[in-house]
Amino acid sequence: MDSRRRDYVRRLGHPMVNAVWRIGYAARFFAVTLAYSGTSFRRFSLTVREMYFTGVQSLVIILVSGLFVGMVLGLQGYDTLQRYGSSEALGVLVSLSLVRELGPVVAGLLFASRAGSAITAEIGLMKATEQLSAMEMMAVNPIARVVAPRFWAGVMSMPLLAALFSGMGIFGGYLVGVGLIGVDDGAFWSQMQAAVDWRHDVLNGVIKSFVFGVAVTLIAVFEGYDAVPTAEGVSGATTRTVVTSSLAILGLDFVLTAFMFRGVG
Amino acid sequence: MQRSSLDLWVGIFVVAGMVALVFLAFKVANLGAAFSSGGTYRVQARFDNIGGLKVRAPVKSAGVVVGRVEGIKLDTDTFEAVVTMNVDSRYGFPKDTFASVLTSGILGEQYVGLDAGGDSVKLKDGDKVMKTQSAVVLEKLISQFMFGKAADGNDGKK
Repeated sequence: MDSRRRDYVRRLGHPMVNAVWRIGYAARFFAVTLAYSGTSFRRFSLTVREMYFTGVQSLVIILVSGLFVGMVLGLQGYDTLQRYGSSEALGVLVSLSLVRELGPVVAGLLFASRAGSAITAEIGLMKATEQLSAMEMMAVNPIARVVAPRFWAGVMSMPLLAALFSGMGIFGGYLVGVGLIGVDDGAFWSQMQAAVDWRHDVLNGVIKSFVFGVAVTLIAVFEGYDAVPTAEGVSGATTRTVVTSSLAILGLDFVLTAFMFRGVG
Repeated sequence: MQRSSLDLWVGIFVVAGMVALVFLAFKVANLGAAFSSGGTYRVQARFDNIGGLKVRAPVKSAGVVVGRVEGIKLDTDTFEAVVTMNVDSRYGFPKDTFASVLTSGILGEQYVGLDAGGDSVKLKDGDKVMKTQSAVVLEKLISQFMFGKAADGNDGKK
């Protein structure tokens, strides 16, 4: 009886210990990745190759999503603003919501599902087919050769993708607001320029997207490297990448927003 | 994929990303205007009541934005609001400039309006604006109007 009760408590404790252990393992993995990053800059073509897969191939989905998100913001924003007779503030609404929040967050979510899952699947499959062990056998460090270039490529791509998303979204909002609905062209841009601050809004958005880039790519390479080397394990790791990095983006976004935009304005 | 065309695509991607950042900085946030202003100088003004004035609110003169409110705090000796403003150093104002808290539109944001005086000495960095006018608080205005009406009514009866 007593031993059975102890078993229940143990069953409760086990996942907790496991979770803490995994976080610690991920942190050590991050440190090792940073320590072996030299190769990805000395042989920059490795990183460029990965930027093609994570950045360039995400362009289409980022640009199209940005355009449509901006156009929807234009329609919805106009519908609300015109009730208060301030439809000229449409530019402000579209640009601030994109630059501060939607750009980094939605681009990050898309990046996690488009590029993050691919990174995990690739590294996981390399592990399952023992390519990583083969590299070690040939005295090639798989973290320096495989993990670090992918990590840095993701970190460098993410801010660019978020900026493209925001720019495209503002263009979409402009198309709908000025082109379709007929908000005044001059008021759209001038009110936007008066309300959006370079450091406070744009730079904070870039910082956000950089942090999301680090989080998403770290989770992606870690899950791939840590995957159980079977078909099932790789598919599980890919799913975990998307879920964990999406949650990480939303959680980090709240923390960053609380620090950046509190007590001002 | 060929190495050279891969490099080309990544180059295009990086250039496009940079262009988007420059677009956000200059077209959306109007960084150009911030650059062209060489520097700013800081002046302080004391108000009895600043209403809903916020940090980063514009400082305007004749409707032109000439600076931003940098900080607001309460002086606990005199119980006045101390407003610190950064004014563009392209614009010099006389020492006897008049500062008032105004509202753009009926429900618009509040800003500090500067009305230039006639003094030949200009305000310098760290100077204080001596003549100020507080924000108009709507409740006070209404109650003044109501009491005025009531007083008028009594006069009429007499």
